[in-house]
Amino acid sequence: MSRIAARFKALAAQGRGALIPYLEAYDPDWDTSLELLRKMPAAGADLIEIGMPFSDPSADGPVIQAAARRGLKAGATLAGVLDMVTDFRQQDNETPIILMGYLNPVESYGYERFCRDAASAGVDGLILVDLPPEEADVLAPFAKANKLDIIRLVAPTTSDERLPYVLSHASGFVYYVSITGITGTRSATTHDLEAAIPRLRKVTKLPIAIGFGVRTPQQAANASSIADGAVVASALLSTLAETLDDKGRATAETLPRVLAQIEDLAKAVRSADGKAV
Amino acid sequence: MADPKEHGTSAVHSNSLRHQPDERGHFGGRHGGRFVAETLMPLILELDEAYKVAKADPAFRKELDYYLKDYVGRPSPLWFAQRMTEELGGAKIFLKREELNHTGSHKLNNVMGQILLARRMGRTRIVAETGAGQHGVATATVCALFGLKCVIYMGATDVERQKPNVFRMRLLGAEVVPVTSGAGTLKDAMNEAMRDWVANIADTYMLIGTVAGPHPYPAMVRDFQSVIGTETKAQMKAAEGRLPDVVVAAIGGGSNAMGIFYPFLDDKSVRLIGVEAAGHGLDSGKTAASIERGRPGVLHGNRTYLLQNADGQIEEAHSISAGLDYPGVGPEHSWLHDIGRAEYVGITDNEALDAFQFCTRMEGIIPALESAHAVAYAAKIAPTLSKDTLLVVNLSGRGDKDIFTVAEHLGVKL
Repeated sequence: MSRIAARFKALAAQGRGALIPYLEAYDPDWDTSLELLRKMPAAGADLIEIGMPFSDPSADGPVIQAAARRGLKAGATLAGVLDMVTDFRQQDNETPIILMGYLNPVESYGYERFCRDAASAGVDGLILVDLPPEEADVLAPFAKANKLDIIRLVAPTTSDERLPYVLSHASGFVYYVSITGITGTRSATTHDLEAAIPRLRKVTKLPIAIGFGVRTPQQAANASSIADGAVVASALLSTLAETLDDKGRATAETLPRVLAQIEDLAKAVRSADGKAV
Repeated sequence: MADPKEHGTSAVHSNSLRHQPDERGHFGGRHGGRFVAETLMPLILELDEAYKVAKADPAFRKELDYYLKDYVGRPSPLWFAQRMTEELGGAKIFLKREELNHTGSHKLNNVMGQILLARRMGRTRIVAETGAGQHGVATATVCALFGLKCVIYMGATDVERQKPNVFRMRLLGAEVVPVTSGAGTLKDAMNEAMRDWVANIADTYMLIGTVAGPHPYPAMVRDFQSVIGTETKAQMKAAEGRLPDVVVAAIGGGSNAMGIFYPFLDDKSVRLIGVEAAGHGLDSGKTAASIERGRPGVLHGNRTYLLQNADGQIEEAHSISAGLDYPGVGPEHSWLHDIGRAEYVGITDNEALDAFQFCTRMEGIIPALESAHAVAYAAKIAPTLSKDTLLVVNLSGRGDKDIFTVAEHLGVKL
């Protein structure tokens, strides 16, 4: 069983959903982001998403754009991101790692080589924002051969007719983009989510995580109980950005504050009422 | 789009170069495509359907023809540039006068088509990206004509260097949003326009101004712009009784070039030359020549030649001309380059500045800095060609918007 499947199964047995925090690789530098990654599981991360910085993150809001810029300024490369994961795996062989980013750096690295190197580094899944199922044939065979899950985004705009097509290309879990918009801007209501998730359940048995607009412990608890997990990204990156000095460098505040926020989120997710569905 | 049937993707003549892209929007199986986030994907598919229906509808064609003639002012003349020809002493040079269109460039051809489509789709708010501001002005103009809400994203750098167009857009009632991310040029404006669209899907139509972006934009914009080539073909036959030998056009994203090239793709005797902005020089590191100095990659919804570093991060383009300052190019150009059907060359900032003045003094026509790149290359090769060579330059826009930039480079204070 893959790490992703094993983790969701274990959480289901505990009757709760997953907290999936996001960090941008190299933000604000390689060492700090690796240290954050290493400490996330103890702070309560059930799965971890690592953003691969890209120059043109057209689906992201200002907060993730700024994080990607800081990462690139610190010298981010895909090879360096994979090194982070290799390092992390020396101490943690259970927490699933999902890389999230845009297609071009991966195409530039080479699809086959990337899937091979990512798998051997210990990556479990890939979310490539601008690779819809229609174009996925460039990556899918290599991902499959290396047992990497391709996590599919589903949006409020994805019609009932289109859902089975999109989900037939999904593995690992399904990432529900809860708003029509860019990351870190607005939030879906509980009512929206309670209507949306059963629509997906009818078509897939995969776990479902909710992302885009999940900011507070309450929202995370809510999303992870309506679905099977909650992704928190911009809220954590905002906190990280607040702790940087005026030259954009990490301070003594950086790790403790971001980790404390993850602890608060985890506490809320763990004490949320049992699964709503 | 003279004959909708002959532009369909279901080709009858399989040996024709005019039946790309395929159903997935791929040109030559490699370039183009639909690389967008899932939130946008259903919208792109809806647009594809709506465009197919409109293209097959004679009423749509009729409506578009009416506006092209009485509002845009088509057809645009094909002007024999006699003094320029005599001065250069070689090929016979003709200028396709797209700068005479309403709003001063070829951009209105596409905007007219897409806004009629947006109206058919019931959209009431238009968002667009703009570099030099020509596409933004064209969009703001047609939005004013139809009473549509209009939001234009423009890089902060471009807002600064194209002030007259910014003022024009605001006069026309558009909201101009300066984009400060990246280098504040066309690439960043495109990102921001896509972000707006994804957040406002219910009422908003995204009006891409060039032959790039996710399918169906590259094919659709080409279809709307191909009126340029269709007219050129007929006008040259009327003037000289035959096809031109060489067609030269400037390329940023490549819409004016694709518009004039497309009707000639199957006429093998016609040399097609796309002129990229070399900026400070092709090997200076400050260039916008995506085909000559880039490699294929994925940005803004399509696979095409891109200026990028070894890690696949997109690089900033550089050109004196804001309209060519883009690190990518339309996917159909990438394909035409790969198969060798069109040639792609570079012209530097300084060569374009010289051509700007040359065209102005020889013909009494002030070209846009974008179009001056095409004039510069034509002036370079004309003396090497025989006197019976017929060479057409697509004069895609007028240069009034550029006088401040040119004055600054010439050391003149206005």
